[in-house]
Amino acid sequence: MVEASVLRKKGRFGQFGGQYVPETLMPALHELEEAYEEAKVDPSFREELESYYRYYGGRPTPLYFARRLTEHIGGARIYLKREDLCHGGAHKFNNVMGQALLAKRMGKGRLIAETGAGQHGVATAMAGAVLGLPVEVYMGSVDVKRQSLNVFRMRLLGAAVHEVSEGTRTLKDAINEALRDWVTNVGTTYYLLGSVVGPHPYPTIVRDFQSVIGGEIREQSKAQIGRLPDVLVACVGGGSNAMGTFAPFLGEETELLGAEAGGLGLASGKHAASLTGGRVGILHGARSYLLQDEDGQVLETHSISAGLDYPGVGPQLAELKDTKRASFVAVTDEQALEGFRALARLEGILPALESAHAVFAAMQKARDMDRDAVIIVTLSGRGDKDMATVADAMGVTL
Amino acid sequence: MSRLAGAFAAARGEGRAALVTYLMAGDPDLHRTEAFARACEEGGADVIELGIPFSDPIADGPEIQRAGQRSLRSGTRTRDVLALVASLRRRTEIPLVLMSYANPVFAMGLETFAEQARAAGVDGVVVPDLSWEDSDEISGALDGCGLDGIQLVAPSTPVGRAAAIAESSRGFLYVVSRFGTTGARADLPNDLPARISDLHRVTDLPLAVGFGVTTAQHVRSLADAGADGIVVGSAIVQKIAEDAKPEAIARFVAELTSGLPA
Repeated sequence: MVEASVLRKKGRFGQFGGQYVPETLMPALHELEEAYEEAKVDPSFREELESYYRYYGGRPTPLYFARRLTEHIGGARIYLKREDLCHGGAHKFNNVMGQALLAKRMGKGRLIAETGAGQHGVATAMAGAVLGLPVEVYMGSVDVKRQSLNVFRMRLLGAAVHEVSEGTRTLKDAINEALRDWVTNVGTTYYLLGSVVGPHPYPTIVRDFQSVIGGEIREQSKAQIGRLPDVLVACVGGGSNAMGTFAPFLGEETELLGAEAGGLGLASGKHAASLTGGRVGILHGARSYLLQDEDGQVLETHSISAGLDYPGVGPQLAELKDTKRASFVAVTDEQALEGFRALARLEGILPALESAHAVFAAMQKARDMDRDAVIIVTLSGRGDKDMATVADAMGVTL
Repeated sequence: MSRLAGAFAAARGEGRAALVTYLMAGDPDLHRTEAFARACEEGGADVIELGIPFSDPIADGPEIQRAGQRSLRSGTRTRDVLALVASLRRRTEIPLVLMSYANPVFAMGLETFAEQARAAGVDGVVVPDLSWEDSDEISGALDGCGLDGIQLVAPSTPVGRAAAIAESSRGFLYVVSRFGTTGARADLPNDLPARISDLHRVTDLPLAVGFGVTTAQHVRSLADAGADGIVVGSAIVQKIAEDAKPEAIARFVAELTSGLPA
């Protein structure tokens, strides 16, 4: 009776990860882990998920050669992994569909989720609608305001959106409130966490479902380019599109580059670059890099993109930083807008501001590389949700 | 015998349960927390628990969340809470327990935290967001300084797991009364008496029940159900938020202790 429930030290990535949560949640995390381990090896689960990926979500998403961007930079060839074409407009769908099917399999009658930019909330609302599960989404009041279009989308899709007015009123506080809901309703509720953060087994589950991105990149780059890429670039907030892109390449030579939100610059203190500007700490159930003060109080973050505006980061990315398997750069708001404009003018694609950080990092990287080198950027989402923010940054009144 | 073990044994000797009162250190400021702590002792509290404020208190309901925010806004730092303990310790032998989320403790460094807590006169430490699986590092540091690392069990904890958790706990076992966060409530869960007797069967540690205990009536019914200790937090914190004076807190604590059969 004791053995199964008292296994210690699970879900570690080096010193990172773990299960720093109230005891009330531990049995639920054990239940989730068991259910996931079973589902993972059940062919019927894979089949159902792949069917949703293909016929509902529009997967596989294309790998697109950005010819004019490449010519403009005059360095490495830049390809875009078009997650912006995924149903809902972002990679969030990949994880949500997997976890929602898992919730259904576990017999949980209610989905809760947190959201920052609103993309994860929208994806959860879609999945809830298509699977017939009620959805409640927690969102910081600052984000409700700057992403009001996504709030409306969630409500149209049948989800209830709860505004969180505690703390910094952004993604971190939305997660706090979702955790409090889960602690209260843990028997009936599935917490559909949107990134590779949180207590074990979430960082593993979310990474695995998002690995469809990197898996497709492998096949597509072999088929279209004849080899694997030299560099993979993805933006990092919590880090789910980055882990999904990187995970299938961990055993390869491919260089892995993450673009964090540099906000107004690292020196300003107004940023959300936990890996490049933080220290090791514990937040939301895991040990990882964290933006915090000397006493361990979590700091307010800033980024032009709500989806990267988070003081923590997934524990496996922290390990990839420490082992130097991946490197990370901070891209400022201004630089992200430069990436945004370049992609709009040269390729006719309006990227999400989150993804624009990765685009800028790739442009920088491409400059220093040979013309036969290959960089693949995961374009994690489309920019429709960001029009008001971009207009504001450009001084345009809509 | 540790101060905590002593307090529970003394209460048991008197045929009653022990009352543990929680205060958020630094709400509204440290000077007043010290006055409130003395008021709790005067009102008959057996143990005083002091919360270290944290920016992201996921186990707390609105009362203690807001108290933490008020404390942080008034500039409370971890070292100030330790200084408050040292100041209280100069005047009293009442057991003092710190409640802190994991990150402030790790930020100070486990060894440093444990040593400074011992030097200040702390008796025990509760970390509400530290699963038993991940508690070994901090328990080791606390043990090394002779401090009690207090573990928590929840309504969702299977009894076999509760036995293992109790084995790692020192001083007492903190029994979370309900699913959910801290916060004042009208009723206690119906299954508590059965849970308390199940837990008594797997451990000899005193059982202190907390989360949602709000009235003298709650205190009495938990004592009747076999709890060795009862923790009251949000109800006191709420009175402080409503600007209660130390004398009013002392009276409220006395009213709560009247629920403990003598």
